[in-house]
Amino acid sequence: MTSSLALNRNTRRFAWAALCVAVVGRPLNAPADTQASLPSTLVQTGLCADPACARIADDALPFSPQYPLWSDGADKRRWFSLPPGTKIDARHADAWRFPIGTKFWKEFRVSGRRIETRYITRAKIGWQFGAYVWNSDGTQARLVSQQGTTAHVNDHVRHAVPSVDDCRACHEGHEPPVLGFSLLQLSTDRDPLAPHAEPRRESDVDVAQLRVRGLIKGLSLDADAIRIAASTPTERAALGYLHANCGGCHNSTGPLSSLELFLMSSSRASSTQQTRNSLFGVTSHFQPAGQSHMSRATPGRPELSTLVARMRSRDPFAQMPPLATQLVDREGLALIEHWIATDPAGITTTNKGK
Amino acid sequence: MKKQTTITTFAALFACAFASAKTMAAEPKAPLTKPAVDKSKENDPRVKRGGYLVWFGGCHDCHTPLVMSADGPLPDFSRALSGHPEQMQMPPAPTPPPGPWIVSAGATLTAWSGPWGTSFTANLTPDKETGLGSWTPEMFIATMRTGKHMGRGRKLLPPMPVQNLAGLSDEDLRAVFAFLQAIPPVKNRVPQPLPPPAPVTASTKKVAPIGQN
Repeated sequence: MTSSLALNRNTRRFAWAALCVAVVGRPLNAPADTQASLPSTLVQTGLCADPACARIADDALPFSPQYPLWSDGADKRRWFSLPPGTKIDARHADAWRFPIGTKFWKEFRVSGRRIETRYITRAKIGWQFGAYVWNSDGTQARLVSQQGTTAHVNDHVRHAVPSVDDCRACHEGHEPPVLGFSLLQLSTDRDPLAPHAEPRRESDVDVAQLRVRGLIKGLSLDADAIRIAASTPTERAALGYLHANCGGCHNSTGPLSSLELFLMSSSRASSTQQTRNSLFGVTSHFQPAGQSHMSRATPGRPELSTLVARMRSRDPFAQMPPLATQLVDREGLALIEHWIATDPAGITTTNKGK
Repeated sequence: MKKQTTITTFAALFACAFASAKTMAAEPKAPLTKPAVDKSKENDPRVKRGGYLVWFGGCHDCHTPLVMSADGPLPDFSRALSGHPEQMQMPPAPTPPPGPWIVSAGATLTAWSGPWGTSFTANLTPDKETGLGSWTPEMFIATMRTGKHMGRGRKLLPPMPVQNLAGLSDEDLRAVFAFLQAIPPVKNRVPQPLPPPAPVTASTKKVAPIGQN
């Protein structure tokens, strides 16, 4: 769940749309106060070892997914903690189960300054989502309202802090609603071609570290170094990118599974084939202006692929992902274009369309 | 004799009027199940309830294109709830003059233009490729609850009164969806919405997004 914001045309357009809705009726989807039990300051969540959060608490362990989500170039750091004596249940390799009391944090730095830290915790009543915005001197971060806010970075840059609804829109497209912390993302066999890959720090916890520290159970002994089953290095990186940036919603088990667009990958060859089959030669529900039968991915023709068209767009009516980004990811886009243009497995995928 | 006839006539008229009023109270006048639903589902109470809600909720007003008739514009039920006609290429929306007029609508009431851009009403029929045929009840409910396409995509645009739909119970929304899945599919690919032609205000300060500063 990431987001940035500029007061550009797109923003104004949505502001108008929101205004039009607001003046006509009551607020949408007035949810239960899911933040009622969240602490009002970040320090109170347990992340920090001192009041100004200059140091991180010992039981908050850092990690870095091998395929990071594109967040308009923001620098990010991540931590997690488990209640003492508990373990992650990894018997289902693609859907780890986390004990009640599990916590995740993700910090966003923009222009060298920490701006926001997001917080997810599994409570008895379910997963809770909160966002904490740092004060200007970086000494305290306070919980923002469920509606989110806009953080002032400097005179030229704003940073959009998501609403809880936006958090849920991205995170609840798959069970569990934790993104970037999975068998594939924490594999010790990291993809050297992953766009925006962050070098693994010595202290970062990966699958092997989870095992050594006794924080996981049910994991098969050969699972530490899994990789996406792919025919080329480019395809591996492309599928990894789609996994991280699209697979949270577009997968075979979540609320959008009926769209039959499967972009969540695993180490199984069948998963890779399923992704290919759901992309190549399949007519897209979305059609750009002037088009009527463009495929999600056209073998050898990225310019005739709605996957590429929507990644390239930042028109809020057309862009993918639909939220949490206002800048095109040039590196990720180039990778996907190259894969569609050249990958022999994609070109030879037989698909009759749907 | 004449007086007797007059009394009888008034009594008959009163009885007819009373009976008519009772009928109206018992059975709504509107053709609640237009368009015809799948025969196998027409007696499903949930589908019937959905048809009632769709009719009363005014879904046809924008999602069924209007056609001109001798009686004025009427809904074209041969394309019921199929949204803005694919074949109807709209010219650029007019730019409103300075002042309080801000919204324009096409003659079909399926294309709307305002400060948000130009929106085209969606195909709600169960066509798998161009309508709601691949949707689930959960996706429909999430869309109405959040105001976002499929519950997690782009925002729904004016004039969709999604704030009203959000007030329906889950059961009523399931009924609406059941009805929409029971009507004939219409293959009609509605255009994507268009951005507004010009900035809304000239005084809005421009700042760069993250990564461009």
